[in-house]
Amino acid sequence: MEWKKASLREALGKTLLELGGKVPNMLVVNADLAGSTQVTYFVKEYPERTVEVGIAEQNMIGVATGLAMMDYIPFVVTFARFASKRASDQVSLCVDYCRTNVPIIGAYAGIFTGAQGATQQMICDTAAMRSMPNMTVIDTADVHEIRGVLHYAVEHKGPLYIRVGRDEWPVVFDESYSFELGKGVWLREGSDVALMSSGVLLPYAIEAAEILQEEGVDAGVINMPTIKPIDVDLINDVARNVGAIVTLENHNVQGGFGSAVAEALVNNYPVPVEFIGLQNVYAESAPNDDLAEKYQLTAPWVAAAAKRVLERKNKYWTRRT
Amino acid sequence: MTQITGRNGKPYEVDEKEVKRLEYICGLVRRDILQTLYRVGRGHSGPSLSLVELLVTLYFRELRLDPTDPKWPDRDRFILSKGHGAVGLYSVLAERGLIPREELDTFESLGTRLQGSVDSIWLPWVELTTGSLGQGLSVSLGIAMGAKRQGKDIRSYCIMGDGETQEGNVWEAAMCAAKFKQDNLLAIVDWNGLQGGERHEVMPSMEPYADKWEAFGWHVIEIPGHDVATLLTAFHEARQVKDKPTIIVAHTVKGKGVSYMENETKWHLGNVTKPLYEQAMSEINARLEALSEYADG
Repeated sequence: MEWKKASLREALGKTLLELGGKVPNMLVVNADLAGSTQVTYFVKEYPERTVEVGIAEQNMIGVATGLAMMDYIPFVVTFARFASKRASDQVSLCVDYCRTNVPIIGAYAGIFTGAQGATQQMICDTAAMRSMPNMTVIDTADVHEIRGVLHYAVEHKGPLYIRVGRDEWPVVFDESYSFELGKGVWLREGSDVALMSSGVLLPYAIEAAEILQEEGVDAGVINMPTIKPIDVDLINDVARNVGAIVTLENHNVQGGFGSAVAEALVNNYPVPVEFIGLQNVYAESAPNDDLAEKYQLTAPWVAAAAKRVLERKNKYWTRRT
Repeated sequence: MTQITGRNGKPYEVDEKEVKRLEYICGLVRRDILQTLYRVGRGHSGPSLSLVELLVTLYFRELRLDPTDPKWPDRDRFILSKGHGAVGLYSVLAERGLIPREELDTFESLGTRLQGSVDSIWLPWVELTTGSLGQGLSVSLGIAMGAKRQGKDIRSYCIMGDGETQEGNVWEAAMCAAKFKQDNLLAIVDWNGLQGGERHEVMPSMEPYADKWEAFGWHVIEIPGHDVATLLTAFHEARQVKDKPTIIVAHTVKGKGVSYMENETKWHLGNVTKPLYEQAMSEINARLEALSEYADG
């Protein structure tokens, strides 16, 4: 499929600028990554509402906590690696435990980070963040979803982590996109297998559904931006009515979105699942398309996973009857 | 006799009566600390006892607060970054009348507001849960920034342990506070020379300590930390400093006020037996007796 593409980080920067005009008590806390995260849009328009702390993310989280305690909405914008790992204890205690209203943006989440390699990629952040009891965790698929989620973020009460990608990426949604916390959405109905995606692998799911249709498999596509709290009701419905799931995430398959879906399933209606994502390996430097192919994230790989899970489903139902 | 300006902006005399009165309160606080730790059977005695004068001068003379409303928006903000000094803080809150003294008996028991490390989720008089060391100063800085942005005369205070300042996060905050010329921020280091397991000497060197803070752009006041008159004067001095954060390096004695605990690493976290409790109480009571004429007023 041919997709129109748009820059994810530019959407982040421009949306923060837009929110700056609407929400007077909103601040951006930056740790010398304004260019990389594109918060430059905000910084240029609102220098007095930008708090530049330098390359010091632990302090960044503490300062944001203090600002939030004084009723500001301090957007912490840094790389997913630094938000989830470098400052993990500060996030855990000052933000999560203390239930502080600090929206944390994990930019450069996943492996598509401009060919910069494993050190600028982050495939463990969802796992780290969703293990924190009070944290809400959201992944974003395209520029419209980024905008929708960030508009939600200024209303959110409590700890919040939002994953955002970097590069030019397929535009799946349009201006009418609206985000609802904790809700997955069917983008395409399907009765044989459900392709459940959180984040930027969504276009691969949509393409995979097309491939599968040509092969006589009726695959549905669900977009599930909220990883925590996960949409248990929808997962239960899918388990009962479809009975086979492929999860897609730009993250390690251990501890991320797929794990969250699987946890919900085994508590209710366990059905077979296949996991698309990093298979417990780190990635490397390369153009995005090459990485997507090598790490088996693209549509043909998703379609193959769908057929595997369908086979397991058929065996499973046979056993049950 | 020294005349200073109080936090309320009014001139205020630090005379003998004032000093003795506060010393008497410190005695009461030490009594509460020992009673609490003896009843519970464990707890951070040393790190709480070294804090007493710092906390008493803050809560009885310096911090602007509303005793009826822990969340009064214009209150000064205080963070005890060395969260393990919890019993010290709870005892001061009790003597200040902010929590019932009987509540001290619930320390560390199931459902208590008085958690082992100070905890803002459980107790509204605590601004921030601490106990994972090195995080408080950054939050105090954020609060100070927020107050300035709002044009409010709110001061932000943070007490850290000396060992705590081995944490890198502290120096990130130190650098940042100087950059923002955060003169409504006062850090206090409880420099008792001992840390959890060991004396400073076996740790990576923190010396020259005051020079480090000065090099980071802070106004540094180095004082004896159990001298209430000097503490009050130091708070006053800190309030006059413009365009810089201030740090008070308060030289204290770990376990202060109980002879066998003083300067003993093993009393970082110790179990007070009955004979030891009785000895401690007789020392504290003797001190209170000597100051008894200042009990009221």
